[in-house]
Amino acid sequence: MSKTKFILGLFDDPDVMMHGIDALQKNSVPIYDVYTPMPIHGIDDKLGIKGSRLGYAAFMFGILGGTTIFSIIYYTLVHDWPMNIGGKPAFTVPNFIPATFEWTVLFTAFGMTITFFFANHLFPGRAPRVMDLRATDDRFVIAIDAKGNVSHDEITNILKEAGAVEVKHNDRKYVSYE
Amino acid sequence: MKTQINFDEQYQFTGKVKTWSLISIVIGVVTVLAGFLTKQSQETFSNLLIMGYYFACVCSCGVMFCGIQYAAQAGWSASILRVPQAFSRILPIGALIFVVIVIAGLFTTHTVTVDGKDHVEPYLYARWATKDLHVKDSGIYDAVIDGKSGYLNIGFFLARIIGFLGIYSIFGWMLSKYSRSEDELGGMKFYNKSMIASAIFLVFFGFTVPLFAFDSMMSLEARWFSTMFGWYNLAGLWVSGIAVMTLIMIYLRKAGYMQWITQDHLHNMGLLMFAFSVFWTYTWFAQFLLTYYANIPEEAAYFYIRWEPQFMPWFWLNIGINFGAPLLILMSRDSKRYTQTVKIMAIILVLGHWLDYFQMTMPGTVGPKDHWYEEISWIEAGTFIGFAGLFTFIVLTALSKFKSLIPKKHPFLQESLHHHI
Repeated sequence: MSKTKFILGLFDDPDVMMHGIDALQKNSVPIYDVYTPMPIHGIDDKLGIKGSRLGYAAFMFGILGGTTIFSIIYYTLVHDWPMNIGGKPAFTVPNFIPATFEWTVLFTAFGMTITFFFANHLFPGRAPRVMDLRATDDRFVIAIDAKGNVSHDEITNILKEAGAVEVKHNDRKYVSYE
Repeated sequence: MKTQINFDEQYQFTGKVKTWSLISIVIGVVTVLAGFLTKQSQETFSNLLIMGYYFACVCSCGVMFCGIQYAAQAGWSASILRVPQAFSRILPIGALIFVVIVIAGLFTTHTVTVDGKDHVEPYLYARWATKDLHVKDSGIYDAVIDGKSGYLNIGFFLARIIGFLGIYSIFGWMLSKYSRSEDELGGMKFYNKSMIASAIFLVFFGFTVPLFAFDSMMSLEARWFSTMFGWYNLAGLWVSGIAVMTLIMIYLRKAGYMQWITQDHLHNMGLLMFAFSVFWTYTWFAQFLLTYYANIPEEAAYFYIRWEPQFMPWFWLNIGINFGAPLLILMSRDSKRYTQTVKIMAIILVLGHWLDYFQMTMPGTVGPKDHWYEEISWIEAGTFIGFAGLFTFIVLTALSKFKSLIPKKHPFLQESLHHHI
């Protein structure tokens, strides 16, 4: 039993890498994930990644923000200390809308950012999880979980044939903690 | 579904759509004639104004759409550009119809009796175009209106309307001409020319479209003014134009043309409809809130009349269908990619923005009737159907004159054909 945990195919061209994905899929090799320095169009469909649910999070944060400020305004300006402003009734909904709108936007923006950081394990001071450091620079990396994929040499061959400039057999998942 | 894209495919305007659009035109003509014959000239003129303005706005939206796509060097829209180009090609007709309506309304007069004195009033823009408003001892002399007469006088007013629409038409004509020459000759020359024309057009359009809205719609109630009004109308123009464009795209694809339009293009149109409905609401609300907050009588009068029990239901319905409906229905990704939802939403928005223009016009020209449900009568329905038919007829005729339904040598064509979001 080899100690290899992950097999990484490094490509220097996104199109070649896309063909590499095809070649692996044709040979029924499951792909763990793909790491690229920039977004690549159509790759989510190819890898069968489900659509992002960030929108739902944004919606919920928006609702939360709107409700929060509306409650605050209602408590302060209507319930606790009603004031006569321009002779209008205390509960003047149109006047509350701008603040409600702003807080909805604010909560949505911050909420989405935090959700994104949370989902991607990106926090200040935390070492990022990177399988190959050059995936953040000039390499397009296909990662294959070595467990269950017994024939490592065959995977290496497929990657090489597809045009990988380098194939790595890593003993650990993330190299960035070193 | 065809697998091969035929770049030389030409649109044939025949069949049911042609029949029905002609029938609609007849309905419209009959309605307008019946309106005048039944002595409802004020209602008829107001309806003609609404629809003439709507027509001109939707056509201008075609020019604006082309302009924005060129100026932004957008790639996704290259394959659908023929639809807005058809809009911009019929803008001269729309402009002509609108100018004829305005001139007819300004020069057709009737006599109104105020405090026992007779005054000759035009049917449209009576709030400033009535001569006696500017005569000191006429009994209805209005110092505010008279003070505005340097800007709001018939000559300058007509010069502005004709000038603006004329210049928009020229730019629309130029953009579609460049695109057709590009089809013949290819190369980057016409694209670069279009970009320069678009940049000039957008600057001009951005500064003049608020004035156009002030003139055509806001001056119906000449004592009232709002600086938001221009942007509010621009937002309405854009949303309604996008909605009409989407409907035509869906129709063409269903009729077997433009098979390259994918759900991704529809998704983009849905995004624009959704986003600019929210923008429309933003400007609408900004205009409303300032008036509400300041509560100055001369400003509040505008909304006061719209809060009369006859107009109140329509006032709220306007917000409901122009803001609530797109917000709730078009927000999710799936609904923007589902043709039926986009189609229904586009129809709702087309009707919604008609109601919006109705709200701008009727309280100031016709005024409240006995009941709220009498406000929208057969004249409204008939005129709308007539103009909808007329628009369909001439826009599809213009579309059928294009040698190809796709700008086949547009530099970004491949990007548009493989558009994916």
